[in-house]
Amino acid sequence: MRLQISTQLAIFALLELAAREGQQVSVAEIGEKYGVSSHHLAKVMHVMGRAGLVRSARGAGGGYQFAGNARRMTLLDVVQRFEDLNAVEQHTGVADATAEGQALRQVLSEIDDIARATLGSITIATMRKLVDRHSAGNGRPGPKSVAPRLPD
Amino acid sequence: MRVRRVRAGDMPDVIALDTRVTKLAKADYWDDVFRRFGNQRSHERFFLVAEDRSDRTKPHLLGFIIGEVRAWEFGSTPCGWVFALSVEPEMRLRGTGSALIEAISREFRNVGIGKMRTMVARDARLPMLFFRSEGMMAGPYIQLERDLD
Repeated sequence: MRLQISTQLAIFALLELAAREGQQVSVAEIGEKYGVSSHHLAKVMHVMGRAGLVRSARGAGGGYQFAGNARRMTLLDVVQRFEDLNAVEQHTGVADATAEGQALRQVLSEIDDIARATLGSITIATMRKLVDRHSAGNGRPGPKSVAPRLPD
Repeated sequence: MRVRRVRAGDMPDVIALDTRVTKLAKADYWDDVFRRFGNQRSHERFFLVAEDRSDRTKPHLLGFIIGEVRAWEFGSTPCGWVFALSVEPEMRLRGTGSALIEAISREFRNVGIGKMRTMVARDARLPMLFFRSEGMMAGPYIQLERDLD
């Protein structure tokens, strides 16, 4: 599955803001980290602001703040602002009236359902934990240790 | 809170919690589960309960987790499978589920297991969110099914 650049930037920006909840983070700062123009990022932030995912900060310095609950906001909440996730259901296929067309729609619907379930089950907070694991250098559980057996 | 192995005396509370959560009473099922997972092969089967001991004279059940080591099913090397997890609805979001997951993870690690798996219905949003928050990601298997007409 591939996401548009804008969608990716939206997710990255939310991860930055959620990591610094309560603080104002500038578009320039986020843009510098991910190597994107402030102009492009500003458009993304505008869309997210209208969706209530972020809040623009007033006053000197400007910037944005995270506006949601990181333990409730999911990747699906973000992605569906920028991507068409209902492609199979809402778009008419070439041969929908045929058995072949219906069989293909069934397969593609399965892929869409799995994609939605995956995106809808990963919150911004869970993504931050995943980021932290990658930052630590590996994505695997910590070292094995022998703990005391549980009481009976 | 304390997490420990299940005892026979816990089962009425386990059954009551499961009935409240699933809206399905299945006492026979739980008798069988306790017989197999509470009493047998304790080195590879783990039926754990979390109890609230804030009142030591009346500890009460907060939740339970059940899992076992399964080997060579579907071509998999030995792996820890969690097939049941339930927390008292009024006591959720207080770390009970995490404590149960951590406890069974320790049990699996103690017997040399390095991978833990579970299965979640695609539309079971809360369990899916919970297991994801505990660091679980999609594994290499896809559950397939068909109707038997």
